[in-house]
Amino acid sequence: MITRREFVGVAAATATLAVGGGSLTRALTKQRLTEAELFKFDPLGNVTILHVADLHAQLQPVYFREPSINLGIGSSKGLAPHLTGRAFLKHFGIKERSPAAYALTSLEFAALAREYGRMGGLDRLATALKHVRAERGEDKVLFLDGGDSLQGSLGANQSKGQDVLDCMRLLKPDAMTGHWEFTYGETRVKEIAKSVPFLALNVRDTEWNEPVFEPMRLFEKGGVKVAVLGQAFPYTPIANPAWMMPNWSFGIREDDVRANVEKARKNGAQLIVLLSHNGFDVDRKLASRVAGIDVILTGHTHDALPEVVKVGTTLLVASGCDGKFLSRLDLDVQGGQVKDFRYKLIPLFADAITPDKEMTLAIEKARAPYAKELRRIVGHTETLLYRRGNFNGTFDDLICAAIMQARDAEIALSPGFRWGTSLLPGQTITVEDIHNVTAISYPQVYRTTMTGERLKEILEDVADNLFNPDPYYQQGGDMVRCGGLGYAIDVGKPAGQRISAMTHRKSGKPIEAGKNYVITGWASVNHGTEGPQIWELVERYVAAEKTVRMKPNRLVTISGA
Amino acid sequence: MRLISRRRALVLTAGSAAAAALGWSGKSRATPKDAAEAIAKFTGGKTAENGKISIELPEIAENGNTVPLKVSVDAPMNADDYVSDILVIADGNPLPRVVTFRFTPMSGKAVASTRIRLATTENIIAVAKTSGGQIFTAQKLVKVTIGGCGG
Repeated sequence: MITRREFVGVAAATATLAVGGGSLTRALTKQRLTEAELFKFDPLGNVTILHVADLHAQLQPVYFREPSINLGIGSSKGLAPHLTGRAFLKHFGIKERSPAAYALTSLEFAALAREYGRMGGLDRLATALKHVRAERGEDKVLFLDGGDSLQGSLGANQSKGQDVLDCMRLLKPDAMTGHWEFTYGETRVKEIAKSVPFLALNVRDTEWNEPVFEPMRLFEKGGVKVAVLGQAFPYTPIANPAWMMPNWSFGIREDDVRANVEKARKNGAQLIVLLSHNGFDVDRKLASRVAGIDVILTGHTHDALPEVVKVGTTLLVASGCDGKFLSRLDLDVQGGQVKDFRYKLIPLFADAITPDKEMTLAIEKARAPYAKELRRIVGHTETLLYRRGNFNGTFDDLICAAIMQARDAEIALSPGFRWGTSLLPGQTITVEDIHNVTAISYPQVYRTTMTGERLKEILEDVADNLFNPDPYYQQGGDMVRCGGLGYAIDVGKPAGQRISAMTHRKSGKPIEAGKNYVITGWASVNHGTEGPQIWELVERYVAAEKTVRMKPNRLVTISGA
Repeated sequence: MRLISRRRALVLTAGSAAAAALGWSGKSRATPKDAAEAIAKFTGGKTAENGKISIELPEIAENGNTVPLKVSVDAPMNADDYVSDILVIADGNPLPRVVTFRFTPMSGKAVASTRIRLATTENIIAVAKTSGGQIFTAQKLVKVTIGGCGG
C-alpha cells in the first residue's frame, strides 16, 4: 500500500516551499504545485472509484478551514478523523506548512491560504475527472457523489439546487445520495431523483413502510460486477424539519443494509460499495457489524483523510467537503474479493489545476441570474472568519452578534452546521459569503423566552447528539453555537450531565433554572417559525459595522476529552 | 406532524398476533422497579436468556408519539415448541407495560409490529415466553430528542 506515500508525495515535493519562514509568493507555489503532480497515480487493478461528498453548492474555489477541535468519544477517541492540528500531521506523516498541512488542518490557516490559494471548484474537479477517465478508460471508472451537493449557497437555495444539478450532470455521476437535498421538499427530491440516479435504501414511506427510492444499482466496470448501495442521512427528519418530508421515514436501518448487501451478492455483485451519508463514526460501527461491504464512501461529517481506514476487510474513504478534494480508489477485484487497492485523496488546488472550459461556462451560466447580487460587497473582515469545529467558529460568533442585536435578545442559539466557507483577514464580505454560511430553506430568525432549565435541556440534547459514546445515537452536526452564554462541558459524562456553569454573559451571573431569558435563534425545525431571514440580519449587521473584528471566543470550557 | 392515534396504531398491528395495548394515564415516569416488577409478573420470576428474540426500533425516534416497533422470535412454531407471548416494556413510560402479543402454533411466525408512544429517551425491553417455559429477552435504547442543529 502506498496510500500515505502517495499523498505525502505531494507534500514532500513542495515541502521546501515552507522552509525559510513562509516568505513565498503565490507564483512560486503555482509553479511547484503542478497538475501532473497532483493527479499522479500509479494505476492498479480493474476498477477505479472516484468520490466527492458534501460539496454544499460550492461551484467555485473556496477557502475552507478544517477544525481545530474535533473530539472523538468512546471507541472513536484519539482515532482518525478525530485528530486535529499537529496530531493530525504526525499521524499521517505530513510536514508542517506543506500543501497537505494547509489542505487538511487549521494550522496557520490564514498565512498558508495566502501561499497556496483557494481549493476546489467544479471546473477543476471536471479536469481531474476527465484526466482519470482518460487514463483508466471510462469502462473502469465509477464516479459517485455522497450527497449534500445541492445546498449551501444563494443560487442553490433560490433554484432548489438546480444550479448545481445542471453543472453536476455534466460530470455524469453514476449515483448520488442525499441529506440537505430533502430540505427542498419531497416533490423536489423526487424531481432530482429523475435527473440523476438517486440511491437511498434507508428511506421508507410512513404509511406502508415501503422503500421510496432505488436502494442500489449494479454496474459492470473493468469486467467486475459492482453494486452501489445508497444510504441517505439517517436523521434527516430529526436534524432538519420533519414537516418538509412528512411522508418519509429514515434511520440507519442496519438490517436493510444487510439485506441489500446479501441481495447484491445473490445477484452476482463481486464488489459492494456503500455510498453513505451516515457520518464517519456511524460507518465505522456499521462496517464492524454488517459483513460483506468492501468499500464505504463516507460523508456528512466532512472529514478529509489522506488514507483509507480499514475496519476488518472494509475500506472507509473520507473525501472532505466543499469540493476541496477528489478521492481516487483503485481496486484489484478478483473472484469477488478485493485483492489489492491504492488510494489518493487528490487535493484540488485551484491555482495549480487548469479549469475545464465547458464547466467554467456552465458555472457562469448557473451563477448568471444572481451574479450581481453575489458580488455585492457588504463590508470587510479584519480577522479570519470560519465555522467548522465542535464548539464555535468566528463566523458563528458574528451571526450570534448580528441576531442578538437585531432581535434585541440576551442569548443567541445558532446551529452547529459543518458547512460554510472561510474568509481571510482583509477580505471583503460579499452577499455570497453571507449566504455561504446561512443559505437554508427554513431561515427564519425567531425570538422567544426560555427558562434557564429549558436552555440547559437544549444544550444537553445537542451535546448528546455529538458526544454519545455510541455513534448510532449521534447526528453528526457540531455543538449549537451560543451568543451571550458561557458554559462548561464535560464530554465524557453521560447524557444530561455534561453541561454546567452556565453563565449569562451580560450580567456575569449564573443562569437560573426558573428564570426567563430572551432568546433568539435560527434554523428551527418547528413548523410555522416566524421572523426575518437570517441572511438579511447578518447583512444588516455587517453593513453597519463596515469592518468586522471577531475576538477569540472563550465562552465554552471543555473537559473530559 | 405525523400523529397517529392509538386506534390507528392498533390497526397497523401486523400478523396474527392479538395485541393487548395498555392505556395512557397521567401518571409520571415509571421507575426501573416498576419495569422489573412487570417483567417478573410476566416471567413468574424465571431468569430470562439473551438471544432468539430481536427488536427492530430506530436508534433515535423521528417522532416520540409514534415509534415503529417490530419484535420477532426465532422459533419453530409447531405444537411442541412455539412462542406463546411477547411482552414489550418501555421503562420510562408512565405505564411501562406497552403491549403483550399472544401467539399459537397457528400463527406460523412469532412476529408482530406496531407503533408505540415513548415519553422520553428510554429502554424498550421485549420478553418472550415459549410453550416449553423458556424466557428470552432483548432490549434497545431509543432516544427521543428535541431535534435540530444537525448537519
